[in-house]
Amino acid sequence: MSVDMSKLRFGDELVKRGFAKMTKGGVIMDVTNADQARIAESAGAVAVMALERVPADIRAAGGVARMADPEKIKEILHAVSIPVMAKVRIGHLSEGYVLEALGVDMLDESEVLTPADPYFHLYKKEYKVPVVCGARTLPEAVRRIFEGAAMIRTKGEAGTGNIVEAVRHIRMVSDGIAVLKQMGQEDLKRAATQISSSYVKLRRGVSQDLLGDENYLSGFEAYYGLSIEKIETEIMKVLREVKRLGRLPVVNFAAGGVATPADGALMMKLGSDGVFVGSGIFKSKDPEKMARAVVEAVENYEDYKLIGDVSSGLSGMQGLDIEHMPEEMKIQGRGW
Amino acid sequence: MLLPHKVAVVGFQGDVSEHVTMLKRTFRKLEIDGEVVQARRAEDLSNASGIILPGGESTTIYKLTKQFGLYDEIRRLAMSGIPVMGTCAGLILISRETNDDRVKGMGLLDIEIERNAYGRQIDSFIEYIDIIGIGMFPAVFIRAPVISNPGAAKVMAKRKTEVVMVRQDNIIGLTFHPELTDDTRIHEYFISIVEGERYISTGR
Repeated sequence: MSVDMSKLRFGDELVKRGFAKMTKGGVIMDVTNADQARIAESAGAVAVMALERVPADIRAAGGVARMADPEKIKEILHAVSIPVMAKVRIGHLSEGYVLEALGVDMLDESEVLTPADPYFHLYKKEYKVPVVCGARTLPEAVRRIFEGAAMIRTKGEAGTGNIVEAVRHIRMVSDGIAVLKQMGQEDLKRAATQISSSYVKLRRGVSQDLLGDENYLSGFEAYYGLSIEKIETEIMKVLREVKRLGRLPVVNFAAGGVATPADGALMMKLGSDGVFVGSGIFKSKDPEKMARAVVEAVENYEDYKLIGDVSSGLSGMQGLDIEHMPEEMKIQGRGW
Repeated sequence: MLLPHKVAVVGFQGDVSEHVTMLKRTFRKLEIDGEVVQARRAEDLSNASGIILPGGESTTIYKLTKQFGLYDEIRRLAMSGIPVMGTCAGLILISRETNDDRVKGMGLLDIEIERNAYGRQIDSFIEYIDIIGIGMFPAVFIRAPVISNPGAAKVMAKRKTEVVMVRQDNIIGLTFHPELTDDTRIHEYFISIVEGERYISTGR
C-alpha cells in the first residue's frame, strides 16, 4: 500500500489494517475478567476480546446481548499489555464510539450480540480504531471491506464448539475468490451490482409501502451519504483488488466454533491468518492448558506431532450439533 | 563464489509475510541472488546471512522464540556478527532493557525500551521521519514503543525528541514498520549490511 501523506495521520487505513496485520499468526481469546485476560496473555494470546459473557453463555442466556459494561472493559484494559478488543452490536454506531473512547484497540462488529440496525452495518471508515467483522461468504466480506473493516473473520457458529460452520465459511470465501479470479469485466460489474443491492433494502421497503412498487431507487443517499452508484463503484474497486491479490486485502481470521488445538490448526491450514477462540478456552476443564495448547497449535499448524502432544489430556468444551439446530437458534444469520 | 544470501524472518507471529515480500523486492531491486525463509525452529537459521524479527505481539513472539530455541540461537548468531533487524515487537526482543517482566530482551542493542509509549491503537499514526543515510521516510507507528535510552547504540532517526531508529554494529532496531509501506530503502540498507558482513566472512 502506498503512503499518501495528505491523508489523516491518525486512523488512516494503513494504520488500521497495519494493526490487524500485527495479529497475524496469532490467537485472540474471549475473556470476561482481568484474571482470564492475564491467563490469555501469559499463554501467548496476541489480543483479548473483552466480553461480559462468552458466546456459549450468551446463547444459553438468550435475551438481548449488548456491548459489555464499560467497567468490565476498563478492568481488562488495565490488566494486560496486549491489545484489547470489544464487541459492538451490528450497526450500533453509538456503542462503537463509546468503545473507541474507552481506549479499546479494535472493535468487533459482532453477530454474537443482538443486532441494533436491521438495515446497515457500521460505516467503519468513520472510526479511528480498526474494526473486524464476520463474513460467511465473499459478498459479505466485500461489503464489510467497502464499509472500512480492517479485518474479516468467519462467522462460524459461535458458542457451539462445533467447527463445521467456520469451515463452511472459509471455504465459501475462498471459492468466491477463485470464481472472481476467472471473471471478466462484465461479470465483475454484475457481481458489483448484486453485492451492492443490499444497501437499497430500506428504500425498497419504503417505496413498496408508499407506492406499492419499487421506485426512487437511484440518486439518493443510500448509506452514509453515498449513492448506490457510488457504492457500486467502491464495491467494484474492492472486487478488483481481491481479484488482483487472489485473497482478501485485509487480514482474514477464523472464528465461531474453534474448541481444540486441532480446530485452530485446521483453520490455519485452510488459509486463515489467525484464530479467534470464544468459548473454547474458558469453557474447557483446564483453561490455562487449553490456551497454551491452542496458541502452540496455531503457530505450528503443520507440526502434527506437536499438536498431538499439546492436545493430550485436554478436555474440550461440550459441543452442540448444528445440522439439526433450528434456524432461529443460529447466530450466523445475523448481518448480511 | 559467493553463496546466495539467505535471510530468515522469524515466522511464528506478526507481519511476517510483509517482511518476506519486502526482502524479495529488495533482492530484485538490488539484483542480488537471495533466498528468504520463515524461521520457526533454530535449525531454520542455519547458514542465515541475516535475520529479521518482525512486528507483532512481543509477549507472544518472545514466548515462542524461547520455547523453540530461536531466542538463544538468534542471540548467538548476532554475537558472531550476523546482521539482525528488529521492527517494533522485534526491536523490543533484541533490546537490553524492556522494562517489562513479560518480555526479556536479548541485549543485542544496548537500549532501553518503553513499551506502548504513545498509548493505545487510537494513538497510532504515520509520520515522515529523517533517517541518517536514508533520508525522509514514511514511518508507520502502531502501538509503538520508544527507545527511552539509546545507550551505546547510534541514533539513526528521531521523531520529535523520541529515538525511533538505532544501529549498533551489525544490529538495527526500529520502533516503526517499514514493511507496511512500499518503500524498500530500509530493507536495502539492511541488505547492504548483510553484504558487507558476508564479504568479510567469505575472506575476500
